[in-house]
Order: sequence, then C-alpha cells, then structure tokens
Amino acid sequence: MKATSYMNPYVAGVLLGLVLLATVYITGRGLGASGAVKSVVATSVKAVAPTHYQSAAVYRDYAAEHPDGPMKSWLVFEVLGVLIGAFISGLLSNRIGLKLEKGPRVTNKTRILTAILGGLLFGFGSQLGRGCTSGSALSGMAVMSLGGIVTMMAIFGGAYALAWFFRRLWLR
Amino acid sequence: MGPLVPDLLSNEFSYVVALVMGVGFGFALEQAGFSSTRKLVGLFYGYDFTVLKVFFTAGVTAMIGILLLGHLGLLNLEYIFVNPFFVRSALVGGLIMGAGFIIGGFCPGTSVCAAAIGKVDAMAFIGGSVLGIFLFMEGFTWLEDFYKADSRGAVLINEALGLSRAQWALVLTLVALAAFAAVSWIQHRVTAAPNELLAFSRRRVLTAVAVPIGVVLLVMLTPSRDEYVMARLEQRAASGECQPSIIDADKLAYELINNYFAYNIIDVRSRAEYEAFHIATAINIPLEDLDQLEYRPLFRQRLKANVFYGNDFETTKRACLLARFHGDDQGLALRESAAEFQQLFFAPEPLPLEPTRQQLTVRVFREEAARKMEEIQAAVSVRAQPIEKKVRVVQGGCS
Repeated sequence: MKATSYMNPYVAGVLLGLVLLATVYITGRGLGASGAVKSVVATSVKAVAPTHYQSAAVYRDYAAEHPDGPMKSWLVFEVLGVLIGAFISGLLSNRIGLKLEKGPRVTNKTRILTAILGGLLFGFGSQLGRGCTSGSALSGMAVMSLGGIVTMMAIFGGAYALAWFFRRLWLR
Repeated sequence: MGPLVPDLLSNEFSYVVALVMGVGFGFALEQAGFSSTRKLVGLFYGYDFTVLKVFFTAGVTAMIGILLLGHLGLLNLEYIFVNPFFVRSALVGGLIMGAGFIIGGFCPGTSVCAAAIGKVDAMAFIGGSVLGIFLFMEGFTWLEDFYKADSRGAVLINEALGLSRAQWALVLTLVALAAFAAVSWIQHRVTAAPNELLAFSRRRVLTAVAVPIGVVLLVMLTPSRDEYVMARLEQRAASGECQPSIIDADKLAYELINNYFAYNIIDVRSRAEYEAFHIATAINIPLEDLDQLEYRPLFRQRLKANVFYGNDFETTKRACLLARFHGDDQGLALRESAAEFQQLFFAPEPLPLEPTRQQLTVRVFREEAARKMEEIQAAVSVRAQPIEKKVRVVQGGCS
C-alpha cells in the first residue's frame, strides 16, 4: 500500500504546539529528547563499570539527581511515548518498514558512518548546550527562555553555515 | 491553577503524563514528516521548509497558549521551568549540534521518531548520540569550566529586550508569519513548484494570521485576572461596601497575651523585613504570594481569626481584602504598621514629666505586654512556619 502523504505542516505544528502547551500546563516543564539518551548512557556505565560510576564526579552528580536510578526519569518515559506515538503514526500512514534514507549520491556505508558521526556531534553538543532542539530550542521558545532561543539560533545557524560543505551528502 | 505537578498531581503520576505527552509528541512529529531525514535537511538547501513551518507554528502556538493561560490566572508562570542561559556553552553547544544536524540529518527527537518506523540511519544516529554523550560525560572534568562559564541564570528573552511578555509574543508571531511567507516563496523558486501559500483560500490565510495576533492583542489590551481581581476589590473597598474590620495595636496585644491561640498573625512584608522584626506568633506570607493556592485553607478555616499587618495600612488593607476574596470573611487588619507596633511596645517615647493616670496605665500595660509577647514568641518559635516552597520543577530541558 502506498504511504499516505504527510500532514499539512501548519496543522502538525499546531498539534505539536498543543501537546507542548499541555505538557507545560500539567508538569511546568517542556518536552525533551536528549536527556533520555543520557539516561541510557548513565545506565550502561553503571552496569559496565560500577566503580567508575560511583567515583567519577559527573556520574555522582547524575546519581544524586536521579535517586531512583537513571531510567526513572521524566524524559525516559516521554521518549518511550515518542516511540509509541511515532509508530502509531507510521502504522496509520503506512510508513513502517526497515529503510535507509540517504542523499542520491551517497553509499549506504557513508550514510551510516555520517549518521553515527552526526549523532555523536549532536549528542555531545546537546550536553554542552543543556538541551537539544526539543528541550532547549522548542520548549525554550514556548517559555521565552533567552538561553533556549540563543541555542536554537546557534543550531540552525551552524547547520546553515556548514550546509554548503556537506552538500554532496544530500544533493544530486 | 497550573502547573498541576507537584501540588495537584504527584511526581509519580507525572511519569504517566510523560508517556502520554510523548505519544502526542511522537505522533505529531511523525505526521509532520520529521521521520524523514531528507525532509529535515531540506530546510538547509531550500527545497523543503517543513521543519521551519512545523517548528515555528508549534513554538508560537505553545507560547501564545502559555501567555493566555497566565493571563487568565490558570497557570502560574513563575513556576515554569526556564532553561538557564550560559552564554558560551549555549553558543558552542548549539554550533556543534548544527554540525551534527547537517552531517547526521537528524536531531535527537526526530531520530527516535524515525527509528520507531524502522529507519536504519536513525538507529545509527541514536547510537552516535549515545557515544557523543558518553564522551561528554567522560570529558566533563576538562569541560567543566567552559560548561559553567558566563552564567546568566534563567533569563527571559522579553526581559533581556525590555519588553513585556505579550509584546515579545507579538514580535515572534509576526516574525513567524513573515518567515512562512518568505520560505514558501523560496521553496517555490528552488523547486519550481507553485507557491503553496497561494493554494490556500484567502479566507483561511487571513484566519491563520488573525487568530494568533488577535489573542496576543487581547492579552495586551485587557487586564490580567490578577489585576482585575485587585481592581474590583479596591473599587468595592473605596465605595465602602467591603471595608476590612480593623484591630488596633493595644487590642491585638491584649488578645495575644490572653488567647494568642485564637489568632493567626500574618506578616505580609518581605522575608527580610519579617526576620528583622515581627509581631509575636506571626507567620510570613509576602503580599504577592497571598493568592497562592496553598494558603486558601488558611483563609477558609473558621477556628482562628487572621490578623494582617504590613508596612502601611494601605498594604494591610489590600492583604485583608485579598484574603477575603479567597474566602476569609473574618480577617482583621491591624491599624498600625509593623514599625509603629514595634515602637509602641518595644521603643516607647518617654513619658511626659507629669503623666496623667491614663498615660501611666497604658504605659504599664504596654511594658507588661511587650514582656509577655516576647515570652509567647519564645514559646512558639519552634512552631512551624508555612512550609517554604521547594523548587517546584525539579528538572527540565534535557538534563
């Protein structure tokens, strides 16, 4: 079956905005994503190198902020929800299936390697910038946070500034 | 009054909320097409501006919604998490994320979304972000100084620009609308497809422009609920319809000595002023906090009379009326200010050379009262203060 087309972006935007608004109204905080990956990292370190987890200051701080363990975090539950919600959406619109999406001039190997590299940079940057596109930029815009809006401009500004150099990855 | 967590909903239950909101988040992102990496990077090459449209629409919708809820008194904007601003790490972190975006083709939220529908490249991206965060954590010792440099606290952009919330909301809404017009024109030039905005009927476009601007203007031009309540109260007070009952210093002292347990003395000055001097047994609730939900039971109870005092009678009256609005129909306002009360009992003026009998009686009473009030205060100082508000929102952003 053919995949149905995407939702009108403005309608999707209003929908997303209302989800964010409800989140702020109920919990007083915005949405996020990279924090859940951080929980995964902390859990892995705790399992693989428990002594390191207990001795390194950065993990000690993290453990103090998450007394019930790294996975018991608001963002972990939220991101589980994202997985479910996106899956439902994909199911309704016939978009489920293993697929590798890439620019027309790129090999599969290059795409996987650049995806890993991009993820690495984004993960690192999200920790330095205290939040990613969701937690810092989108939620920051909604609550009028100066830090969030500066981070947002840096993310998109940085991507635009580098777009020309990486055009071979994406353009014909 | 929102936010509902943690006063009306427990923190545990907020995990359920997290799951439900996540489902909505993921659904909206996937429906918008954020599970497709080529659609995402289209923003940076001008062939697909979906990201900008969805992102800006969502941000503006939520922002105006928050503004409106605050205006209507349904959401306390003081308690919302605002991302702290560390200038250097925000800029450099953002630039690194920008590089990650153009190289990897995703951001963390969209990669989760794309992985959910089976995109292998998104799974690779998530793997990469695990590595990136791990590197950050391991390198934190070296990064810490830079990470914590140039801290500005939780600054709001409207404050930084010297605007009100509503003014900034108007600015951002206009910027977003201008951006929508601009990108649909650019997309039309780059892809040679017809300009998509022209496909919508003029009426729909007009509605889409008028609704957000209309709501922001409404917030700008009408008084907020708090202002409205206060104006109404003052109007009623001025017309003499709703005067607070007044108690004077000697009567209050007498009552305190004889049955202090029948009164709640409430100091509505600032914390620092309260700590410098307060009337025996008084608790401190600064005037601007009086309308908070947690104090309602105090105003509604009928076991003790609430007595308010402040820096001047105007403030005291205001506090008393505010409490009355929230259900306190036997509240009393102290005629004297805190400073006057302190002077009367603890630093009295010297008696005239030949005091009248009445002056002497008053003096003896006040000296006795001052001593007893100190005793009472010492006895009850262990009694609990209203519980100080802990930081209500533990975390936010991506921490």
